[in-house]
Amino acid sequence: MNEQKTNSTATEELNVVPFKTRMLPYLIVAPALIITIGIMIPFVMAIFFSLTNYSFRMPTYKIVWFRNWIEILSSATFWKAAWVTIRYGFISTAVEMLLGMGVAILLNNLNNKFSKIMRVALIFPLMVAPITATIVWQLMLNNSVGIVEKFLNIFGVYNFPWSASPSTAMLTAIMIDVWVNTSFCMLLVLAGLQSLPKSPFESAKIDGGSTMFNFRNLTLPMLKPSLYIALLFRLMAALQEYAIIFGLTKGGPGDTLMNLSLTSYQNGFQFQKFGFALPYILVLWMFINIIAKQIVKRQRAAQRQAAGLEE
Amino acid sequence: MNTASKRLGRIVQNGLLVIYAIFALFPLIWMLILSVKSDAEIYTTTFIFSPTLDNYRIVLFESDYVRYMIDSLIVSGGAVIVSVIAGVPAAYALARYNFKKKEDIAFQILSFKFAPEILVVLPLFMIFQKLHIYDSYFGLIWVYQLISMPLLIWVVRGYFEDISVEIEYAAQVDGYNWYQIFFKNLIPLIKPGLVSAALLAFIFAWNSFTFPLMLAGTKIQPITVAITKFLGTDSAHYGQLAVAATVSALPAIIFALCIQKHLVRGLSFGAVKG
Repeated sequence: MNEQKTNSTATEELNVVPFKTRMLPYLIVAPALIITIGIMIPFVMAIFFSLTNYSFRMPTYKIVWFRNWIEILSSATFWKAAWVTIRYGFISTAVEMLLGMGVAILLNNLNNKFSKIMRVALIFPLMVAPITATIVWQLMLNNSVGIVEKFLNIFGVYNFPWSASPSTAMLTAIMIDVWVNTSFCMLLVLAGLQSLPKSPFESAKIDGGSTMFNFRNLTLPMLKPSLYIALLFRLMAALQEYAIIFGLTKGGPGDTLMNLSLTSYQNGFQFQKFGFALPYILVLWMFINIIAKQIVKRQRAAQRQAAGLEE
Repeated sequence: MNTASKRLGRIVQNGLLVIYAIFALFPLIWMLILSVKSDAEIYTTTFIFSPTLDNYRIVLFESDYVRYMIDSLIVSGGAVIVSVIAGVPAAYALARYNFKKKEDIAFQILSFKFAPEILVVLPLFMIFQKLHIYDSYFGLIWVYQLISMPLLIWVVRGYFEDISVEIEYAAQVDGYNWYQIFFKNLIPLIKPGLVSAALLAFIFAWNSFTFPLMLAGTKIQPITVAITKFLGTDSAHYGQLAVAATVSALPAIIFALCIQKHLVRGLSFGAVKG
């Protein structure tokens, strides 16, 4: 429509696009952008207030420049939280990617009735709210009514501490994250597997390529674009996970599971130190942005490579 | 020999899938079992018990749980409607027109999806207090745009791009104006994609926890927030907790079943065309 209008006016007015036509796309995007930019204001505010001593308790505040930042970056709390964030984010994402890929390959290989039912049923965990999933798992792991305890008793394990002990709390939280989100990786990989072109595999068969050879040189490079998308979405979410950890132990026992999101929340809402809460989460935001850019760059390169292989 | 090893391979693969299926589905089955157990039997029995619907009666008729569900419905439904009205035209513009900063705008919208929720919530808490929209439907619907708008715009944009421009030209030649083409030709063509994107956005909004926890919670309580209070006040009534979990998970699972074919495309924001 736009091009058409442009063409007809262009012949009359010698390549002058009328202002109204030029502005039309911006006008159409504007409502969506205004609504989201309203939400954008907080980002700017967050940077400003991280330089102040603002608190919900006090009516006034003053600018303290980088005092919050220096205090936080030189504190053990921050580095502990950053380490928890990284461990939780990377371990859960790695497990979800590997497990999701494994299950997707199984579903793709087994073309029987069971696998077809599972293709549908296995998406259920992904649709349960993470907070609800955490509650269900807490019930299952509960030592008095939980089914897992009864199961472990068979093997002579009694009162496994799960989220109550600092040494197993991380494992428990990651397990719940894996339960919820593995299906996401599985769905993306499965979609990638099913859109693989047939011809490269047929030529490889004629050349006598082994299964392992095919996987490494054909399947994997062509799957990479989908794998990077799964990685991007999962890692970005896992690095800022809040609901599962909050639902499980609120960051405990002690500070075992206090990641940057929870530390920031605690400082802002529990201790009411608003200005002091912001640097934690701003650092996370920057970290997430850097990683996201890297993944997107690699995804595009992988896409070009895969497109080359298909020909 | 070859067929024997092949058969063995199949058995192993089926076995592995069964193991994963138990891990993925047993918690949900157990949740259902718990929801029909009486309080006494929760402690004494595992699989053999006399089922009862008491927990459902208590949660649905004798508590405020239905009210929380309605809150969730209003907020999530409202958020999706706003996103559809503002987002579908935006998606069309981003798919069809070439204009300056187009990709920048598209990525800006996407980047909201990756911003840490707490980073948004802390300043918003302040703004919402000042504007007196803390703990209101309006405030929550607004902040939920961060969940539903990027998804809708990116997914629907992909569906628009799949439609050939020729169709629009043909309709123009026939004398239809822009609005007629948009509503009578394009919207019906992308309808399956649009509906599934909207339902997926609804699921995400329905399941969101961080935003309502911090920006609402006294007058308005979506179920994700309400369910944690079930846990806090009444830890002995595990059966009721299981009912609350079941009831909150059910709409999302039913919707997901309806949009199966479009799920991959929606979940990956259009990046993987399943």
